[in-house]
Amino acid sequence: MSRHTLSVLVENKPGVLTRVAALFARRAFNIHSLAVGPTEHDDVSRITVVVDVEELPLEQVTKQLNKLVNVIKIVELEDRASVQRELLLVKVKADDASRTAVLQVVELFRAHVVDVAPEAVTIEATGGPDKLGALLTALEPYGVREMVKSGTVAIGRGARSMSDRALERLSRSA
Amino acid sequence: MSTTVNRSSTAAVRGPAAPTRSPIPARPRAQASSAVEGEGERMTGASAIVRSLEAAGTDVVFGLPGGAILPTYDPLLDSTKLRHILVRHEQGAGHAASGYAHATGRVGVCIATSGPGATNLVTPLADANMDSVPMVAITGQVGASLIGTDAFQEADIVGVTMPVTKHSFLVTDAAEIPARIAEAFHIAATGRPGPVLVDIAKSAQTSEMTFHWPDELELPGYHPTVKPHLKQVREAARLLATAKRPVLYVGGGVIRGNASEALRALTDLSGAPVVTTLMARGALPDTHPQHLGMPGMHGTVPAVAALQRADLIVALGTRFDDRVTGLLSSFAPLATVVHADIDPAEISKNRRADVPIVGEINDVITEMTRELVKEHEQHGLPDLEGWWAQLGKLRETYPRGWHATEDGLLAPQHVIERLGKITGPEAVYVAGVGQHQMWAAQFINYERPRSWLNSGGLGTMGYAVPAAMGAKVGQPDRTVWAIDGDGCFQMTNQELATCAIEGIPIKVALINNSSLGMVRQWQTLFYDGRYSHTELSTGHGSRRIPDFVKLAEAYGCVGLRCESEKDVDATIKRANEIDDVPVVVDFTVSRDAMVWPMVASGVSNDAIQYARGITPDFERED
Repeated sequence: MSRHTLSVLVENKPGVLTRVAALFARRAFNIHSLAVGPTEHDDVSRITVVVDVEELPLEQVTKQLNKLVNVIKIVELEDRASVQRELLLVKVKADDASRTAVLQVVELFRAHVVDVAPEAVTIEATGGPDKLGALLTALEPYGVREMVKSGTVAIGRGARSMSDRALERLSRSA
Repeated sequence: MSTTVNRSSTAAVRGPAAPTRSPIPARPRAQASSAVEGEGERMTGASAIVRSLEAAGTDVVFGLPGGAILPTYDPLLDSTKLRHILVRHEQGAGHAASGYAHATGRVGVCIATSGPGATNLVTPLADANMDSVPMVAITGQVGASLIGTDAFQEADIVGVTMPVTKHSFLVTDAAEIPARIAEAFHIAATGRPGPVLVDIAKSAQTSEMTFHWPDELELPGYHPTVKPHLKQVREAARLLATAKRPVLYVGGGVIRGNASEALRALTDLSGAPVVTTLMARGALPDTHPQHLGMPGMHGTVPAVAALQRADLIVALGTRFDDRVTGLLSSFAPLATVVHADIDPAEISKNRRADVPIVGEINDVITEMTRELVKEHEQHGLPDLEGWWAQLGKLRETYPRGWHATEDGLLAPQHVIERLGKITGPEAVYVAGVGQHQMWAAQFINYERPRSWLNSGGLGTMGYAVPAAMGAKVGQPDRTVWAIDGDGCFQMTNQELATCAIEGIPIKVALINNSSLGMVRQWQTLFYDGRYSHTELSTGHGSRRIPDFVKLAEAYGCVGLRCESEKDVDATIKRANEIDDVPVVVDFTVSRDAMVWPMVASGVSNDAIQYARGITPDFERED
């Protein structure tokens, strides 16, 4: 199995996420992570989906996604040709004795403290899976009380935009 | 590519000419919106549904009213363009719409209410989805403010049918009704055809709106590839011109894409053998000398052997279904594969294609024929003599036929073969699912497209009677025979009432073997003859519940019974002479007859059995 990141432009309409998610389930494809949000165009949302599949099934995933009427465009984002980020929020035990050490880890990973309480701090960090994994490992000894992580969002490197042409078409029709 | 679609192509449902009876042209021309009746008028959403169906070119809808669709049934009463046919069960409406679409090439339309009405459409929608039938289903939904509250007769039908439709819409704003219905028809009929559901809230039906039939459709994510890549087509033609053992493997797409004439030309020019799948029977006349018959689980030995031994398979509008390939890893081991289909997701889904071609099948075949002419000029005509010698020997050794059963009772194969012979190729034959379906596919000669309808992909028992009803409505001048089993018939025969009352004189040949025959056959072959729950007690030596002749009469049909070979021809002729009421013929046949040839499930096609225990050794034919 290899991991692939797909960026999917979809119409911003009710039920579209269901259609995409249901397709993965129906065709027996495994989703590793999925993130959905707005784009620079009001009528278009962008879904970033990370899947664990071999090359041939990946082709099927893409083709089946393309058949969905609400899917506008699909691009596979290669690791090296794209920036891929996850957001992590993690609540770590930090009392007077350990707070300094925890803060040192935060600084080391260029993360931020977003909330402080007498017995804990909440840390925000962004990065790829490797960096966030390393941060979590470093924080583990102090006691992770709660954590939440977003799915990967990704964008291609360089000046080109995946939405340019698709959105141009949309605005023409508006 | 433009994101908007001109309406002219929206309504251009590809298909043969509309039945002459119909006042609506099959391909409404592009017209200014102002030319659509009601344009700019204030009306209710319900009236807009009726107007939209008319504007989309619909002349017949099959349906059954209920609470959430009631507002729409009121203006429907006044429509002079729409004929509504009141069915007895919504499943009947769905299959009828499908049968109508299949027989005419136009979009079939059915209407149901919310909740149970809508869920009763699930089977026909799934069926149409598997067999790529263009169909639009309109369902009523509870009022917008009630959605999500578990209101009376509420079902999330868009959610339920999402996996079994090509697309679906939920409409809660009356103003959107014309646009969504226009889009539904466009999506259903273009690309790979399929069913589209439009679920319309009761509140939208009762609200006022200004009717506007859209000039352009907003479908930014929908643009099916229609033009094949010429370089790929040229490569396919080169392979076809130089292959030693080519086969044209033809699927239902050739019928959906109206490519029979083009196929005929390619067949004649290439000299290659042709096999037509269950969904493609009639795409090439069965009497064509290069036609080897149907491939697959119950295909002919020559058709199965040709694919197994081919060095080139040109797959046209077909999807390498497991019933055709048998054990996939051993399917056509020597063949280079050209695969042409309108749906890119079918290419290399099951069998990897060496030359993939995406596009309208009629264009693909036409271009391929044109390129093949050039290839022949360059390479000369291919020498297929050795190949035809092999296939000819197989045809001679393993012709289609059957053995009489030991009980001496009427052979179902005989009934079906005589039915086809006597009624002829201009009729439409509609089968259910099971043994009778396979015999009907094997023993009737199909000479033209759209003369054979069946539930291929989903295998829906109960398809035949309602689908035949739809076919007869679409092709009123043709004789329409439903060939049904006693099991299938008992699932949907309530539509005989619809046929009798609405004046739709279909004919039903009941191949009554008193059992769920195909299941029974598998119990005979694979479960040591332990007949677990396959006896239906409708035939010889049973209590005959129900008595099909009485049942037919109760429904206002003519009921006939035929139990011996000597009466078969006369009974069929008599049934063919009755054209004012539906006819049901109870052909009471032997329950021991089996469908042969057969490739058992999950084994290689090389292990095809011509009859029980007889496996041809076509590997040694070289």
